[in-house]
Amino acid sequence: MTKEDIKQVVLDIIADIAPDEDLTTVKAEVRLRDQLSLDSMDFLDIVMELRKKHGIEVPEADYVQLASLDSCANYLLPKFQAKSGK
Amino acid sequence: MPDGRLMEACQMSSKPRIVITGLGLTAPNGNSLAEFRANLLAGKARIAVIDVRHMGRHPAGVCDFDATKWQKRKEIRIGTRVGSISIYCSREALGDSGLDWDKVDKSRVGVYLGITEHGNVETENEIHNISQFGNDTKYWTHHHNPRTVANNPAGEVTMNMGITGPHYTIGAACAAGNAGLIQAAQMLQLGEVDIAFAGGVSESIHTFGIFAGFKNQGALGAHEDPTKASRPFDKNRNGIVISEGGAIYVLERLDDALARGARIIAEIAGWCINSDATDAVLPNPERQTECVRMALKRAGMKPQDIQIVSTHATATALGDIQECTALRAVFTDCPDTKINNTKSFIGHCMGAAGALELAGNLPSFDDGWVHPTINIDELDPECAMPGLVINQPVKVERVNAILNNSFGMLGINSALIVKKYGVA
Repeated sequence: MTKEDIKQVVLDIIADIAPDEDLTTVKAEVRLRDQLSLDSMDFLDIVMELRKKHGIEVPEADYVQLASLDSCANYLLPKFQAKSGK
Repeated sequence: MPDGRLMEACQMSSKPRIVITGLGLTAPNGNSLAEFRANLLAGKARIAVIDVRHMGRHPAGVCDFDATKWQKRKEIRIGTRVGSISIYCSREALGDSGLDWDKVDKSRVGVYLGITEHGNVETENEIHNISQFGNDTKYWTHHHNPRTVANNPAGEVTMNMGITGPHYTIGAACAAGNAGLIQAAQMLQLGEVDIAFAGGVSESIHTFGIFAGFKNQGALGAHEDPTKASRPFDKNRNGIVISEGGAIYVLERLDDALARGARIIAEIAGWCINSDATDAVLPNPERQTECVRMALKRAGMKPQDIQIVSTHATATALGDIQECTALRAVFTDCPDTKINNTKSFIGHCMGAAGALELAGNLPSFDDGWVHPTINIDELDPECAMPGLVINQPVKVERVNAILNNSFGMLGINSALIVKKYGVA
């Protein structure tokens, strides 16, 4: 699992929870809320889908780490690696 | 003041007249009034067979409107099925009304939607969801509460349409469609709002609990041909076909409607809601009779003034007979009164039933046709009534007034009378 893989995981989740959004131009370094119509409930959906689909837990104190695709990748990489035993 | 005299004092004649100026609907056999009406006159039922969770395949009325016509896909995902039904019907009603929406003061618009129940679908879905995760409630969706609050369908309409006036639902079992309209008429008469979106909605086919409840009550309809499963008044009827749907009307005070040059579809003439106070599920014909008579009295009408009685009958063994008993008591010596039933085409749309059944009859004011109750192979002698329109539509000389019956569990009865505008 690479950071690019994790960005795609997050994008796939966003595609499901915000199906009207165009995700082809999302900039990895820019806050997701600044470029997509996402609210706090949507971020809770991201947290829920990470839990359901990937067994990844994001504590409430760490929600800020999901601000952008880059920050998602940095924060989630060790969690995915721990899940896969690498 | 004695109760009866208080009633007299509250008769509609002393209050602003309320008219229908728009209508939007989705029924299992039509997503517009024109389509719905054409199928009713052509005798076309549309009942599907669906997989019901835990219960297998059962007949049900399924609507196929395009929710994306008025909602973004995200709205649909976050919201509820009945929210989508409500938005579709409200938006279609708005279009039908001719209102210039940009110029309407949204704080003076109210939304009043009748529901039989709400939240069962969403709760069952979440119970099923967490069952896939060892019943760990950390997998329970954070969308649960906004989806299941009882005002959900009406609230979704306000968010979609930018309405800032009052909104709520009216829980009235299967009398809810009429109850939504009555509530709206009352709020207009009180001056609480200037425009009301009102009617009834239901998503009940998506909850197995309702199917299981009726099944175990011995009241779930079945037939090898699903389009014949709902057969009120037939001797071999065996219960209810559960359906989804919605019918939402635009209501205004007559003076406002005339001032803007609105097309007036019908006038609300009278109504009554009362309670059996006898049994949770068994209807009480005596109270139903009283309900109809009070609606007539408030409308200033005699039974002979009603040309169409739109029955509530759901095809249960006892319920149909009870309603017939109630109607026979009122409509004696009424040779020009026709009686029909719309559930025979679309099943029981629960909270939407009364509103949809009224809608299907409204074009009679203009075309003079009365759609029948279909699927009667052998009329139950206990349901025989003069004027019952069986299997084929009939043309009548005139239709000036329609009585719409809608009854529900816990003994709630509603009777709503609408009349052709311009008829004394």
